[in-house]
Amino acid sequence: MMEFITDILIPLAWIIAHCLAIITALLLTLAFAMYMDRKIWAAVQLRRGPNVVGPWGLLQSFADLLKYVFKEPILPAGASIGIYFLAPFITFLLAIAAWAVVPVNLGWAVADINAGVLYLFAVSSLMVYGVLMGGWASNSKYAFLGALRSAAQMVSYEVSLGFVIITVLLLAGSLNLTDIVLAQQGMWFCIPLLPMFVVFFISALAETNRPPFDLPEAESELVAGFMVEYSSTPFLLFMIGELAAVILMCALMTILFLGGWLPPVDIHPLNAVPGWLWFFAKVFVLFFFFAMVKAMVPRYRYDQLMRLGWKVFLPLSLFYVVATATVLTFI
Amino acid sequence: MILEAAAFYFFASVCITSALAVIIARNPVRSVLFLILSFCSAAALFILLGAEFLGLILIVVYVGAVAVLFLFVVMMLDIDFAELRLGLLKHLPVGGLVGLVLLTELVLVLLITLAPSATKPAAPAPPLDVTPNTNAIGEILYTDYFFFFQVAGIILLVAMIGAIVLTLRPPAQRKGLPPAEQIARSPSESVKKRNLISRRGI
Repeated sequence: MMEFITDILIPLAWIIAHCLAIITALLLTLAFAMYMDRKIWAAVQLRRGPNVVGPWGLLQSFADLLKYVFKEPILPAGASIGIYFLAPFITFLLAIAAWAVVPVNLGWAVADINAGVLYLFAVSSLMVYGVLMGGWASNSKYAFLGALRSAAQMVSYEVSLGFVIITVLLLAGSLNLTDIVLAQQGMWFCIPLLPMFVVFFISALAETNRPPFDLPEAESELVAGFMVEYSSTPFLLFMIGELAAVILMCALMTILFLGGWLPPVDIHPLNAVPGWLWFFAKVFVLFFFFAMVKAMVPRYRYDQLMRLGWKVFLPLSLFYVVATATVLTFI
Repeated sequence: MILEAAAFYFFASVCITSALAVIIARNPVRSVLFLILSFCSAAALFILLGAEFLGLILIVVYVGAVAVLFLFVVMMLDIDFAELRLGLLKHLPVGGLVGLVLLTELVLVLLITLAPSATKPAAPAPPLDVTPNTNAIGEILYTDYFFFFQVAGIILLVAMIGAIVLTLRPPAQRKGLPPAEQIARSPSESVKKRNLISRRGI
């Protein structure tokens, strides 16, 4: 019995405590990221943005949370009930689950697995199911069209995302996220791989359905796309899941290209700053760019989106994989 | 050990149950969703065995790409389920035969591997703490099995060219507009400024 407690219960409790800690930190970060997104969007449009709840409107996200939770969830007629409610949960769960392997500082990842990049890529490729299931189960034409668009879009951009990740793996020589960051001690990968960094940034916009690639929810043509029938908490889960995916993409770019928790140069005042602070700073700078793109760039047309993915990014990233491999082998 | 055994039985039972549900489910979309659940639990079983690379690749390739396209097609099909059921008896002999052949093959393979005189399978993967199995697979694939790897690549290339040829249209029938033409348009040739007089129109 004693053995059962020391061997199973205590490690299990330790893992659960880790998970709860990371989920709490993530949800708090998301609340303020949402606020930041809205403030930046408002500032670009010369509005004030949320400014009523709490000082400078800082508590707006929490007020929104309460409002969503206490609204009534509406079930459309003819909806496939199980799948309809499963879809937002899947979106939310996957977006949270991906954070298990993200190293915020040296040795801070909950699970420092060997194939960390592959795990993140697998989880982000599963995100499409939340959208597809939600769109199909809603029994609505708008939702269905949004889901179909989203499926095609996410599958297309995953290909170039995969190739960009391969170029980074070639340079780092490991699939482990911690090793990838440590391999950038001399020089961040965004310097030799600058074009790939740009390709990754734009593909990440498309992969997370952010403007200017938010065609699955294009409100001017599809009302709200795949989530048109959702209300209350299920809608909230979709929204949080999407935002968590955006922050995850920012974190992934930080790890792959911007040296994770490493300071820009290893000299005294900079390397005295704790690593997680560098990590957060980089993630939020990237998120700022996501928000600015949302505020400034008009939405793409669907055929333009597909053309960009297949005819521009795919050949470019494929060429870069071959070029990187050649340089590494012969020079 | 107990945790591992419990996890194995959990994922194995989910895998088999969802595989059964694939053929039992009346709605094809539900069938595909159960198929995905089955894939995911198979991936979990791989990871339990220590084959993390295979497990994650199974999810990325099959669940993340193949099954999405599958679902995509099935969702757009308009199937009359009652009509589908009618053909059940007619196709039963052929289906049964295929099933029987598959079962015989599986039993034969099992008997051969269990036999005491069985030939040893390929060298087992090195332990995880020595080489991560991504490296181990790469080392085997690009040295011992390099020729087969290349042949597989060529087969896939031919399949890809085939798919492109099937959907290729002659230039006259293409519906897309050349992007250069669209970008070259300027406001002076597409927008005209008019003074509108009320109740007169243009």
